[in-house]
Amino acid sequence: MLSNEQLEKEFQAKIDAEIKIEPKDWMPDAYRKTLIRQISQHAHSEVVGMLPEGNWITRAPSLRSKVILLAKVQDEAGHGLYLYSAAETLGVDREELIEELHTGKAKYSSIFNYPTLTWADIGAIGWLVDGAAIANQVMLCRTSYGPYARAMVRICKEESFHQRQGYEIMMKMAQGTPEQRQMAQDALNRWWWPSLMMFGPPDDKSIHTAQSLKWKIKRQTNDELRQEFIDKTVKQAEFIGLTIPDPDLKWNEERQHYDYGPINWEEFYQVINGNGPCNRQRMRDRIKAHEEGAWVREAAIAYAEKKQAKKNAA
Amino acid sequence: MNKKEWPLWEIFIRSKNGLNHKHVGSLHAADAEMAIENARDVYCRRNEGVSIWVVLSSQIVASDPDEADALYEPAKNKIYRHPTFYEIPKEVGHM
Repeated sequence: MLSNEQLEKEFQAKIDAEIKIEPKDWMPDAYRKTLIRQISQHAHSEVVGMLPEGNWITRAPSLRSKVILLAKVQDEAGHGLYLYSAAETLGVDREELIEELHTGKAKYSSIFNYPTLTWADIGAIGWLVDGAAIANQVMLCRTSYGPYARAMVRICKEESFHQRQGYEIMMKMAQGTPEQRQMAQDALNRWWWPSLMMFGPPDDKSIHTAQSLKWKIKRQTNDELRQEFIDKTVKQAEFIGLTIPDPDLKWNEERQHYDYGPINWEEFYQVINGNGPCNRQRMRDRIKAHEEGAWVREAAIAYAEKKQAKKNAA
Repeated sequence: MNKKEWPLWEIFIRSKNGLNHKHVGSLHAADAEMAIENARDVYCRRNEGVSIWVVLSSQIVASDPDEADALYEPAKNKIYRHPTFYEIPKEVGHM
């Protein structure tokens, strides 16, 4: 038997050599715990993320936009499933994870606690929220845990559709009537800062970053990803004639990046801790859906057992 | 959590005829039929497959990674099984 110290040394050597860790491989308890926390939070975010968009399925302005939004929301459910499956390879049970979400023990992305007030918000979510998610998820395609990395590859392939459909909505509205243009700008104003917060606290305040980088769970820091997202998005806003709501936003020739104004982290922590505009509503809807679906899950099991019994008798 | 839960299934997809079924992930379903229908919905939304296998996760028997060294040792010490082990003069041509 190898000592724990020896096992940990071999584990880190594998990580350093870019060898993926697979479910049955030895791993430090803290690595397993970090992954379960991160992957389940990610799964919860996909599932809760269906709610703000679901708000507009019945009110989509055309049949085309309705079927697209339906397909997108269905994708989010699928992404939640890929991620729950990846988490389950670490020895946790799906029901346990859902329980943690519903009791508030597990978090989900704070962005989904903001309301979707107009159709332009659906555009802004696809363009900005999915855009920010893509920056994070492209990095996670190279994460050190095999099942998580593979889930991310699938998800990234599908996210690109999400961002493009969102940008198309914004583009159409920005080029539409003055009222539509105003709605697009208003949506950008409201979603811009919360989108930047999606990358998490600044590097000097992020408690998990150093260890996650060492284990190659993360490959880039929160601030690096945030900068990457801003640099990409500014040009996209300019192209459709919308203004990023940040008076300090300025191209920095020396850094070859955009400088940006201070982020209101107080708001971020307020929303994370349950005081965002829609936290209670989101959890209420989530729990209601789960509880009201219980009889369907039970009936399906009863039916499967009955079928099996019939088969055995024949 | 004393309620009965849907069991976990491993999903294998053949992306087109001529290729192997490949493991793509897992999902919960009450029975095999539902597992196939759900696999269609979550793993084949964009023409990713022409055939689906579902296997109860509990039925899969796997090798132990801790015993990998001993398990694969016989393959490592028989280099004469590889074509590059043999020196064939260039004049003979491709072989």
